[in-house]
Amino acid sequence: MMNIRQELHDYIVHNILFGDGEKLKDDASFQKTGILDSTGFLELITFIEERFEIQVADSDVIPENFDTLRQMSAFVERKLGVAAAA
Amino acid sequence: MCGIVGICELRDGRAPVVHEIQRMMAQIRHRGPDETGIYLDDTVGLGHLRLSIIDLESGGQPMHNEDETLWIVYNGEAFNYVELRRELQQQGHRFYTTSDTEVILHLYEQEGPRCVERLNGQFAFAIWDSVRKELFLARDRVGIRPLHYTIHDGRLIFASEIKSIFAMAGVHRELDPVSLDQIFTCWTVLPGRTAFRGIHELPPGHCLKVSNGTVDITKYWEIPIYGRQEQLDLPVEALCERVLHLLVDAIRIRLRADVPIGCYVSGGLDSSGIAALAAQKFDVHWNTFGIRFEQDIFDEGTHQQTMASFLGSRHREVWATPQRIGDAFAQTLWHCEKPLLRTAPVPLYMLSELVQESGLKVVLTGEGADEVFGGYDIFKEAKIRQFWSRRPESAARAAMLAHLYGDIFRDQHARRFLPSFFGKGLDRACDPLFSHMIRWDNTSRIKTFFSSELKDAVGAADPYESIRQRLPQRYHELDTVGKAQYLETMIFLSNYLLSSQGDRVAMAHSVEIRLPFLDYRVIDLVARIPSRWKILGLDEKHLLKRMLRAALPREIVGRRKQPYRAPIVNCLLAGASGELAGDLLSDGEVRRAGLFDADKVNRLLTKLRTVESPGEIDSMALAGILSSQIIHQQFVDGFSARSHSAIHPDLIIDRRAGMKAAKSA
Repeated sequence: MMNIRQELHDYIVHNILFGDGEKLKDDASFQKTGILDSTGFLELITFIEERFEIQVADSDVIPENFDTLRQMSAFVERKLGVAAAA
Repeated sequence: MCGIVGICELRDGRAPVVHEIQRMMAQIRHRGPDETGIYLDDTVGLGHLRLSIIDLESGGQPMHNEDETLWIVYNGEAFNYVELRRELQQQGHRFYTTSDTEVILHLYEQEGPRCVERLNGQFAFAIWDSVRKELFLARDRVGIRPLHYTIHDGRLIFASEIKSIFAMAGVHRELDPVSLDQIFTCWTVLPGRTAFRGIHELPPGHCLKVSNGTVDITKYWEIPIYGRQEQLDLPVEALCERVLHLLVDAIRIRLRADVPIGCYVSGGLDSSGIAALAAQKFDVHWNTFGIRFEQDIFDEGTHQQTMASFLGSRHREVWATPQRIGDAFAQTLWHCEKPLLRTAPVPLYMLSELVQESGLKVVLTGEGADEVFGGYDIFKEAKIRQFWSRRPESAARAAMLAHLYGDIFRDQHARRFLPSFFGKGLDRACDPLFSHMIRWDNTSRIKTFFSSELKDAVGAADPYESIRQRLPQRYHELDTVGKAQYLETMIFLSNYLLSSQGDRVAMAHSVEIRLPFLDYRVIDLVARIPSRWKILGLDEKHLLKRMLRAALPREIVGRRKQPYRAPIVNCLLAGASGELAGDLLSDGEVRRAGLFDADKVNRLLTKLRTVESPGEIDSMALAGILSSQIIHQQFVDGFSARSHSAIHPDLIIDRRAGMKAAKSA
C-alpha cells in the first residue's frame, strides 16, 4: 500500500534537496522556507501527475493544496479518492 | 592589445631576475604574439608582450621617454591619443614613435598620475619612474582591461592575468572561500577580488602607486550618479541628437588602427547600431562575425543575416554546437580564471578564434549598451516590482510580470507561481539591493552543494553586506531603475561581462575588442538623462532605439530583446567536458578538492542525466561545480606543470648595477 506522504517526501529530498532533508517538515511552508522554487514546484507537479496518474488542473494550483507537504499529500489523496492511513 | 607583467621590490637588498619575468610572460603569450620586451633595473622588472595594432614598425615596448628615466609597459588603447599628442608636442615633448603608448608616457611626465583622467580608452599599464623610484599602475574606468597583483615576500607582483603571477615560485595558490560564496550568489566576485586567496585585481577606475616600499591605491573615477536636479531636462529629440553625436565620435576614434577592424554582430540592437553607424558615417566596409546555435531559442541567425545584407558585409559564422561548447569549456576556463555559472563565454571564445583565423586583430562590439541605456529585463522587473510593492495585494500589478516573462513562464501551472515567485521580497522594496535580490537569492540555492568545510570557511561573510558597504553615499539619489543599473554596472559588467565574456576570451586568440558604448563621455552623458528615457513604461533602451531608428532596418529596432544565452547541461555532459565531468565530479575527486558535497553532487548528476529539460538553477549548479573543479585542477593542483615554460624576448633592457659593472669589465 503506497504511502503518499513518504513518496512525496522522498522525491523532494532526493531530487530537489539533493539529500538534505532536515528542513522538510510536514507543516513547513514551501513559500516561506523557500524549499521549493518555481522550477521545483513544476517538477513536483509533473512527478505527481506521472507517479499517481492524476491530472492537476490550473484551479488546483493554490497554496491550500501545495504549500506544505501535509497539504500536498492530502490533495493527492483526495484526487485518488483514497483515505490514507495516517 | 597586449600583456604586461612586472615585479617591484618593496625592500632593499634584492633585484628582480630575468628568468622570473620570462616565466611570467610565457603564460600570456596569447595576449601578445607579435613582439616581446623586458626592462630591468635594481628595483623593478617589467615585461611586455605585444599585439601590434597602432604603429606596427616602431611601437615596441617597454618604451621610454626622451631621457630614459621613465619606462612604460602598457596594455590598451587611448583612442584620443592623436589629440593628446598634438597638445604635448605644443608643450615641447618629442616623440620617436607614432604610438599611443608614447603619448601616455609623456602625459605622465607632464601631469603625473592625474594623466589617467585625460585618457579615453581601455587600458592597464605600469609606469616606472627610475629617478624617484616610483611605480604607477592604472586601470581603465570600467575594467575593460585586466590588472592583477599580489604582495609576496617583499615584492609587488603584477600581471594582466593571474596565471603569470602563479608562475612566480612561492606564490600561494588556493581558491578563496569568500570569493566562491560571492560567485555562487552574484555570478562573479566583487571588485578588487579574484577567485584566489591573496590575489587582487586593481578595481576599475583606480590607480596604484608604490613609493618607499608602501603601496597606495586611489580612485580616480566612479560610476556617475546624477540627482534629479542635475539631470538634463531637454526634449527627447534634443537628447537623441546629443547622445548620437557623442556615440558617433566614440566610434570614430575607435576606428583608429594600422590594421583592419571587424565587428561582432549578434543580430541585436546594440552591435547592429555600432556597425550601421560606422558604415554610414565613416564608410567602413565590414567583416562581421556572429555566433549560431542549433537550438532556435538561442539562435539569432536570421537577424544576423538581415544585418549582414543590410551592411553588405563579409559575414562569417561559428556554430556553437553542444559538442563544441563542451570541447572548449576547460580551455575557456583557463582564460577566464574563475568559476562560471554559465557557458556563455565559450561561444565567444570560439568566435574570437574565427576572427583570428580570418586574419583580423580588432573587433568592435556592442557591449555596455544594456548597462548604460537600460536594456536588461532585470531593470524592468525592478520597476514592476517597485510599482507592485505599493499595492502588494493587486493581482493586476502582479500580472504585469507575465508580460515580461511570457517565454519562461509559458506553462500554465508556472504562471500561477509568478506572483509568489516574484512577490517574495516585496517588503524589502527599500533595500538598496532590491532589484537584484531575487536573482541572487535564487542563485544562492546552489550553495547547498558547498561542502561543510567550505561553508565553515565562508563563515559569516555576507555578499549583500559587502555590496551595501561599497555603495557610495549618493546611491540613494537614484531611482529604482538607476539603482539597478548601478549594481549591474559595478558588479556584473566589470567583473563578469567585460572579463569572462570580453577581454579574456577575445585575447585567448589575440583579438582586441573595442566598446564604443563604454566611452566614458557616453556613460557620463547618458547618466544625466532621466530614467524614463531608458525604460519608457516597459520599453527598454527607448532612447537608444529612437537614436538608431533611422540607421537600422525596422525589424532590428523593433525586435523583442533576446538576452545572449548558451545551452548548459547538454554541453557540459558532452564531448571533452563530459569526460572531464566524469572524472572531476567523481566521488573521489570531489572529496579530494574539498569544495563540494560528493553525495549531493552525485544526486545532481543523476537528476540531470534523467530529466528532460533541466531547470535554470540546476544548470547553474552544474556549471558552477564543474568549473570550480576544473579551475582547482588547472590553477591549484596541476599548475606547476605549466609554469616551467619561458620565452626569449626580442628586446631586453638591463639597467641593473651589477650588469653594468660586468659589461664595462
